[in-house]
Amino acid sequence: MHIKEGPKERHTLSVTVSNEPGVLARIAGMFTARGYNIESLTVADITEDDSISRITIVTSGTPAVIEQVAAQLDRMVPVHKVTDLTVLGDHVERELALVKVAGIGDHRIEALRLAEVFRANVVDTTIASFVFEVTGASTKIDRFIELMREIGLVEVARTGVVAMARGKEAV
Amino acid sequence: MAKELSGADILIEALSDLGVEVIFGYPGGAVLPIYDALFKQKRIRHILVRHEQAATHAAEGYARSTGKPGVVLVTSGPGATNAVTGITDALMDSIPMIVITGQVATHLIGSDAFQEADTIGITRHCTKHNYLVKSPETLGHVIHEAFHIATSGRPGPVVVDIPKDVQVATARYTKPGPISHPSYKPQTKGDIKAIETAVEMLAAAERPILYTGGGIINAGPGASQVLRELARITGAPVTSTLMGLGAFPASNDQWLGMLGMHGTYEANWAMNQADLIVCLGARFDDRVTGKLDAFAPKARKIHVDIDRSSINKIVPVDVGIVGDVGRVIEDMVKIWKGRQHRKQDLSGWWKKIEGWRAKKSLAYKSSRDAIMPQDAIRKLWEATHRKAPIITTEVGQHQMWAAQHFDFESPNKWLTSGGLGTMGYGLPAAIGAQLGNPNALVIDIAGEASIQMNIQELGTATQYRLPVKIFILNNEYMGMVRQWQELTYSSRYSESYSDALPDFVKLGEAYGWKGIRIEGMQELEAGIAEMLAYDGPVIVDCVVAKLANCFPMIPSGAAHTDMILGDDTVSGEMSDEAKALV
Ligand SMILES: Cc1ncc(C[n+]2csc(CCOP(=O)(O)OP(=O)(O)O)c2C)c(N)n1
Ligand SMILES: [Mg+2]
Repeated sequence: MHIKEGPKERHTLSVTVSNEPGVLARIAGMFTARGYNIESLTVADITEDDSISRITIVTSGTPAVIEQVAAQLDRMVPVHKVTDLTVLGDHVERELALVKVAGIGDHRIEALRLAEVFRANVVDTTIASFVFEVTGASTKIDRFIELMREIGLVEVARTGVVAMARGKEAV
Repeated sequence: MAKELSGADILIEALSDLGVEVIFGYPGGAVLPIYDALFKQKRIRHILVRHEQAATHAAEGYARSTGKPGVVLVTSGPGATNAVTGITDALMDSIPMIVITGQVATHLIGSDAFQEADTIGITRHCTKHNYLVKSPETLGHVIHEAFHIATSGRPGPVVVDIPKDVQVATARYTKPGPISHPSYKPQTKGDIKAIETAVEMLAAAERPILYTGGGIINAGPGASQVLRELARITGAPVTSTLMGLGAFPASNDQWLGMLGMHGTYEANWAMNQADLIVCLGARFDDRVTGKLDAFAPKARKIHVDIDRSSINKIVPVDVGIVGDVGRVIEDMVKIWKGRQHRKQDLSGWWKKIEGWRAKKSLAYKSSRDAIMPQDAIRKLWEATHRKAPIITTEVGQHQMWAAQHFDFESPNKWLTSGGLGTMGYGLPAAIGAQLGNPNALVIDIAGEASIQMNIQELGTATQYRLPVKIFILNNEYMGMVRQWQELTYSSRYSESYSDALPDFVKLGEAYGWKGIRIEGMQELEAGIAEMLAYDGPVIVDCVVAKLANCFPMIPSGAAHTDMILGDDTVSGEMSDEAKALV
């Protein structure tokens, strides 16, 4: 016997939650308990009085699973609102990465040239290394990291995706 | 200004403000301040169980039979971990329950202190919500909020973990007004447009069926009343899940019996052939649907549920209505009447149903000497049904036979562990039900294996003079396990024989109960009568046929139409796919 899986879609969800202890564990644990995927998860509080956090979750699954993910999040006591930005339509997604590259001579010059193409900033430098800060869609960051791998990639730190619907309305 | 109270006293004040009359608990170091506060008051009665798991099931039995939330009090560490099974059980069956756990003092949390367990972490995913209370100032509000969450929306268990120093420290307590939660706002009123659509679909259906569940029980007795009205005006047949038994009277002509794995032939075939299924407070559990891609292939589906995540979770539906099922049915009835819909002519549909009924799928062969378990249940029903008894069960064949052969006429009389299937549920649940209904006849229909899982609670019933009855269908096997082994594993009965059984009569007597053994058909009626005549707790060891199987049965993962009706069709080996299903 073999275990089968269905075709998957990638969705970005925005979830506002009360900023109470354990809320992140509750949400992350729900994903593992029900066998859902988390591709990326970011969280920070967004209100003046620190009472509400916004969590951006990138998940993947069949359309039925994605509907369940949203419904399961929505029924949790500290969750205020769940918005599936992918379903909502047009939205912007951004991610920030710090990328450390080591090398000398031509490698350095090539790294700087590529950084310029990707509008990455140099936020630290030594004689033999750079740390670049690059923002953009996840695919752009993937590409940048891939190119740097050939030049002398040392390490990467990524924030995960934050996202927002286009237009004047709030979620 | 109100004077300052200790956290323990605040807890007592809040609980009595919330109308709590009884709590089920077990003391320990981390709850001593609360036990001292309990000692000094008279408003709340504490029932001392013999194991914390039993406290949770007793609270469930109390809740399910009275409609009020059940309250549990246990100590930190092992007290809390022992409660986890019952908490999970309450989550699966949507039972309102508040569990107060003691915790080590706040400055010790995280230090691996004596009897420290991460109760909040452990119970996070088996509760509807949980709280760690860090100061006595917030305690009163948290308790009120916990009750609000446990009892509203889809009910469930809420854990409140209270460190020992918070029980001792003082603060002021004032009774809060109605709870308005910033994010938790369950939807109780269904969308009226969707309800109108549902009514039109029902009016146009040629082969409708009402598929009801435990949600109707949770929605209160009023929901059962409006369900009867909906059935009356539409003329549609009614079936129910294990959890919903009693919402619709078994004596009604429109009743098809339970559906699902051990449901009746007519209920499952009607689901399979219906053109419209109206699911009311049920959740398309795998025990109900069987093989999903063969489930109700011809039916459009309407699903009413208070929990949005239940809709489209297992079975995609045509109309989903989020709301309290009682209120939604009430709206349906109003709209139906307002639009002057008449009963459709369902005679063709009923004729088909009569054909399926004629199979008499619950029939069994009685025997002259060995008691057939079904006969035992039937006789028990005959002897008691006029008293409208509360029946609890353990888990196994006896549970399914009770569901099939004990007929219920009203809600809150049938208490069983459906979602989690917890052996050991029945006796403590009976104790809780008896406390909530002192004058009722309460019977735990048990198996000889299950009853041993919380047998220590015999002592609790004795202590509080609770006249509960235990009726063991003793087949000397974990019968349900043995049945599956017969079906799936060529009768290799691996570890399913109940060896070294105690003498249940003597065991009962040792705890101060009356014990009765029933060994043959000729003793059955007299034994039951003796049990009922005794004013006190009775344990009946009813020796039944050892190898009887529970039919009908849809093997897990099979279609409703592939029902096994009797012994002649079973035994053998199943495919790996079938073996992989629970
Ligand atoms: C706590 C727990 N452990 C194991 C099981 C698996 N299980 C389901 S039914 C059953 C056998 C029950 O035997 P008994 O109580 O004698 O009932 P019978 O089926 O014979 O009527 C077992 C072991 C369970 N449901 N719950
Ligand atoms: Mg047995």
